[in-house]
Amino acid sequence: MKLLTHNLLSSHVRGVGTRGFPLRLQATEVRINPVEFNPDFVARMIPKVEWAALVQAADTLNLAEVPKEPTEGYEHDETFLRKMHHVLLEVDVLEGTLQCPESGRLFPISRGIPNMLLNDEETET
Amino acid sequence: MALPGSLNRYLLLMAQEHLEFRLPEIKSLLSLLGGQFTNSQETYGKSPFWILNIPSEDIARNLMKRTVCAKSIFELWGHGKSPEELYTSLKSYPVEKMVPFLHSDSTYKIKIHTFNKTLTQEEKVKRIDALEFLPFQGKVNLKKPQHVFSILEDYGLDPNCIPENPYNIYFGRWIADGQRELIESYSVKKRHFIGNTSMDAGLSFIMTNHAKVKENDLVFDPFVGTGGLLIASAHFGAYVCGTDIDYNTVHGLGKASRKNQKWRGPDENIRANLRQYGLEKFYLDVLVSDASKPSWRKGTYFDAIITDLSIWYQRIYKEIRFTEGNTKGNRKMRLSAETFLDEEKPKWSQVPQGTAKNDFKRIPSSDTGVECSLRAAWYTEEMVPWHPCLRLISNCEQKLSSHTARRLITMEKVKEFENRDEYSHLLSDHFLPYQGHNSFREKYFSGVTKRIAKEEKCNHE
Repeated sequence: MKLLTHNLLSSHVRGVGTRGFPLRLQATEVRINPVEFNPDFVARMIPKVEWAALVQAADTLNLAEVPKEPTEGYEHDETFLRKMHHVLLEVDVLEGTLQCPESGRLFPISRGIPNMLLNDEETET
Repeated sequence: MALPGSLNRYLLLMAQEHLEFRLPEIKSLLSLLGGQFTNSQETYGKSPFWILNIPSEDIARNLMKRTVCAKSIFELWGHGKSPEELYTSLKSYPVEKMVPFLHSDSTYKIKIHTFNKTLTQEEKVKRIDALEFLPFQGKVNLKKPQHVFSILEDYGLDPNCIPENPYNIYFGRWIADGQRELIESYSVKKRHFIGNTSMDAGLSFIMTNHAKVKENDLVFDPFVGTGGLLIASAHFGAYVCGTDIDYNTVHGLGKASRKNQKWRGPDENIRANLRQYGLEKFYLDVLVSDASKPSWRKGTYFDAIITDLSIWYQRIYKEIRFTEGNTKGNRKMRLSAETFLDEEKPKWSQVPQGTAKNDFKRIPSSDTGVECSLRAAWYTEEMVPWHPCLRLISNCEQKLSSHTARRLITMEKVKEFENRDEYSHLLSDHFLPYQGHNSFREKYFSGVTKRIAKEEKCNHE
């Protein structure tokens, strides 16, 4: 699971609502997976990212510091875009868990794929 | 014809396959590429020859980089119902527009394309010779010409009634071919990881074109399966992600769908599929998730949602065949039916019949946190979705059998889903035209039940 995906995921345990975001990330195995750099795509994703959640997730993985907020004129700042490209698309969590910050429910990540399934009793109807 | 002078006329040669999908594809692509579908002809029907007004040759070329419904595009120099009409029309085409392609340093060749008739070599030569009056100065080069010109003759659509003379004759300068070869190069037959219901390559590309998927888009398939639609989207430069409720499919485990192969190999998964086509860089993630309970946060970040919902019926069909078709006391068969159902259990316990309709009614709205601006999805015949914030772009039918069909529905989000209560009366099951949902199921199985009965009867005899 890439950190871009983590940034879009939320817990959907019954009654949690918007407090299900961001999911707490714990990783036991992380792989750096080189991906071809595409500045236009990264620049498109920057405004869609919930920044605080990204900083938090990057911290748990002890990644090199993610800027506290996007730099001014980031569309043309290649150093910044390369850094964000690495954080959002190249860091791949292979094994670990995602935890609902409200209910504590754990969602396992195995072989890089999060399992978000809940039992019927746990979900919103 | 009152047309703006700046628009050039082009002739599109369409493939005679998936006829209903052609017009929406060309319309969607033109609007994506900054052109507009402006034509005097309201409908093109079934003919493979379409005359189109396109603002520039660049747009025409870009159109051909995407279309799988069109074979070729030509700059139209003349058109008539008879050879005489064609020659008159060619003589009125501005010479200054022809000269750049006919001057003495250039090489050219003339091709003849006929529809619904085959000409002899002699007849072809005669037609080419008749064009002598055009100011061709260049040299003929059949192997590597700089410019290719085509005479296209239309003998109608009825193979049992081929007229002596063509209904329409066109002459034009060839500009580019479409993407028909993708159907072969992305064929499911040669694909690494497939499932029982993998989407035909041609239709996957048509779908991404209907959905106007473009470079650097974020595309999502909530019923991703083996990811066929993601491959088509990634081919056009979109970054892709998907979910599926089936753990084994997402992880590429379990029984193989291929003949002569029992289990899936260690590297049969969606990511490997994209890698096969050199598209791995567009892979974001796939998740195990129930599309009716999406686990995405609120916000608009997907550019398109494309999916195939009609597969549900094929799966239900399989289930029924195993349970009802094999109840005749054959213990071995029953066992395999039970094994099959057991494997499918997580899926079917959570997706009872009739659930999918509710999932889809909710997917485009922000109340479930998933939003996008455009989407295309396959539905079954009588289950056309409707939502107050979505505008129907196109609705195309594909026949599956004599008594069933599925539809490709393309919709565009036209406004934000702000106040849930305001629309709640519209979203209730009573208002939505989903009543046909179960009747489709009955209809689908009526054919199967009949066939099983017939097979059994044959076995008895």
